[in-house]
Amino acid sequence: MSDLRTIKITVLRYRPEEEDAPTEQTYEVEFRDDWVVLDALNHIKDHIDGTLSFRWSCRMGVCGSCGMMVNGEPKLTCAAMLRDYYPNEVRVEPLVNFPIVRDLVIDMTDFMDKLKAVKPWIIREEEKPVSEGEYLQTPDQLKDYKQFSQCINCMLCYAACPVYGLEHDFVGPAAIALGHRYNLDSRDEGNQQRQHVIASKEGIWECTYVGECSVVCPKHVDPAEAIQQTKVATTTNRFKSLVMPWGNKK
Amino acid sequence: MNIPKHDVLLIGGGGAGLRAAIAASETYRGADIGVVSKVYPMRSHTVSAEGGTAAVMREDDNLDLHAYDTIKGSDFLGDQDVVEAFVKEAIDEVIQLEHWGCPWSRDEDGRVSVRAFGGMSVKRTLYAADKTGFHMLHALFQTSLKYDAITRYDEWFVTSLLVEDGRVCGVTALNIRSGNIHAIGAKSVIICTGGAGKIFPFTTNAAIKNGDGMALAYRIGCPLKDLEFVQYHPTGLPGTGILMTEASRGEGGHLVNSKGERYLSEYVPGKMELGPRDILSRSFIHEQHQGNVFEGPDGSYVHLDLRHLGEKVIDEKLPFVRELTRNYVGIDPVHEPIPVRPVVHYCMGGVHTDINGATPISGLYAAGEAACVSLNGANRLGSNSLTECLVFGARAGQVAAQHAADTDFADSASMAKMAQDEQKRIETQFFGNNGKERVANIRDDLRKTMEEGAGIFRTEDALKATCDTIRTLKERYENIGIDDHSRVFNTDLVNALELGYMLDVAEGLAHSALLRRESRGSHARSDYEERDDENFLKHSLAYQTDGDPRIEYLPVTLTRWEPEERTY
Repeated sequence: MSDLRTIKITVLRYRPEEEDAPTEQTYEVEFRDDWVVLDALNHIKDHIDGTLSFRWSCRMGVCGSCGMMVNGEPKLTCAAMLRDYYPNEVRVEPLVNFPIVRDLVIDMTDFMDKLKAVKPWIIREEEKPVSEGEYLQTPDQLKDYKQFSQCINCMLCYAACPVYGLEHDFVGPAAIALGHRYNLDSRDEGNQQRQHVIASKEGIWECTYVGECSVVCPKHVDPAEAIQQTKVATTTNRFKSLVMPWGNKK
Repeated sequence: MNIPKHDVLLIGGGGAGLRAAIAASETYRGADIGVVSKVYPMRSHTVSAEGGTAAVMREDDNLDLHAYDTIKGSDFLGDQDVVEAFVKEAIDEVIQLEHWGCPWSRDEDGRVSVRAFGGMSVKRTLYAADKTGFHMLHALFQTSLKYDAITRYDEWFVTSLLVEDGRVCGVTALNIRSGNIHAIGAKSVIICTGGAGKIFPFTTNAAIKNGDGMALAYRIGCPLKDLEFVQYHPTGLPGTGILMTEASRGEGGHLVNSKGERYLSEYVPGKMELGPRDILSRSFIHEQHQGNVFEGPDGSYVHLDLRHLGEKVIDEKLPFVRELTRNYVGIDPVHEPIPVRPVVHYCMGGVHTDINGATPISGLYAAGEAACVSLNGANRLGSNSLTECLVFGARAGQVAAQHAADTDFADSASMAKMAQDEQKRIETQFFGNNGKERVANIRDDLRKTMEEGAGIFRTEDALKATCDTIRTLKERYENIGIDDHSRVFNTDLVNALELGYMLDVAEGLAHSALLRRESRGSHARSDYEERDDENFLKHSLAYQTDGDPRIEYLPVTLTRWEPEERTY
């Protein structure tokens, strides 16, 4: 298991103070069988070239920091085993569809703004005092939204989404899925407040249902399904409001 | 000269920091809150917590029982007034989080579920499958987005606390993206930067956990309390240190040695796999000495066997364990036992605070793992730490906001000047001296000596050697050189600054351990095997000096529970 093999890693470099456009750099790294791409990047940083910059933290696939393009696919580099690429070269680039700040670090401001725009918090007309205890929620009610609550905000789905690549106003897979997560939560009453973002032109209707977001999600969230469910619900509500002009309450 | 200013400034945006930020903004109308975090808050290490959050929720439980379990777990070093406040406020805090959308696992009747945990005498650990920390952190972060009073400084790294007339009045922080150092003024500053597991080589902790906030406080004369107490979690994956949650045992998993025995019957017969972490981790070492462990490329290990739980329970209650073992060791726990060994997990010690999170320095507060409010004493019980973030995050936020209401900002011009000086200091130290020492080499040597001297079992000689090595490493640090002299997103510089923090915390830790000549909780001295209440029923306080740290002591607060022998 500790037999060392050597793999070539080509990394996109961009240092805005030194160069006008990205370049690339290749390193040779001896790796252990259980190493992930992130381990190789850390080896480079620690022992070969301290100028290489990238984000990482937990190294166990839950903090969402280390998403990058690995051989053209959006991946968590802490979950991409080097042995799966060997003996081929590995090419590491920053997530596409985002501006590059430096090397493998992207600018995630747009995602953070979109996350906030869908109001990802419990909205209620009246808050129940804490002293009255928890809201009851059955396991079935939990199941309704549970998978959409697993998003780690790694943004791989934005890198995979052809629509976001072309149209940056698109609210995008993760943010829509999170808004949908709250809409489906039995404790929440904020559906109407989220509609103007989620069901807007820049919301679900931009999605052409390519479904790549759901393919690349490392946590098996299905944003494409969230978007599809919302489209159906929105359409149904629209027709309901047409045939029942006095309101569309359930 | 205009600089940003906030009534209350958080350093760290994890569980404790976000809870404190929300509490502070709710304490008085118009309170202006800042959150400085070196990572986007949802990346904070709270995200990795798995098993659950303790609170008294059921009819078969009561506050005194939770308090007693915690105090006994702490080997009687927890302050009992703190523990009593904690168990009482825990209940409202976990319900508050439920109201904020945390997807707690539920019973059929819709109530939040509770599970068994180590050292807890009844089921009282709420959970969200085995991603409790992840869900708590995201619920807190997403909820915090609705508070307009909270301004975030994402990917800003605090390099020093600003002090004027003996009180903390703000921070200097590196905007990682621009490379500039700025002053941020504050009437109250709360340190919520988590622990320092990364000063050890083999840890469940994320890369970001380098004791930053502890060192910031230490450097301005605030003592660090009970630093010698470092918890080894008994079940980490060999090599990577990835945590296999205690909930695996709470749900009925077994620990089995190489002879196929559930060896804990020798050590904690009354609790078996649900014994406290310190005792379970030591049991592993005893088994290792007897040759009852497996040997692999990453050292010795035993088996965590979940097979008898069945696929349905594993998928429902422990899905993350299955995901992690499949991804990282190619093992499916439904069909195979998981290799595990003890791994550094948690710092019981930290910034010395009172029951409200206030430090001895005016304007400075701390909460969460970075703090030592003296809840956990010599050994923390699993699932008390997430609750601690909530209870003492909220307390610190409230008290810091009250303090801010009666305080003025320090002079902006003088703070801006301090930031300029700080920028010069950092540029001179890291860009100007052409040093030859690499960050990674000093860091590796530090981790090695910490494991050798301050590991699961400690001795006078090994600790002295570690103290000496740390002193040498601090000298080498003066001669550090970094490859990257640019400004934009210079993580080489951030790592170098973090290493400085790590060395300070390690120094305080090793010296506190050297002087505690007894065995208590996680601090096991092979040369002083007994607990010594006569001499050491007290907290240690490490103060930084120009030479070795000065260690003072503080009595433990006892209310209703007399220290007794700790057996399970």
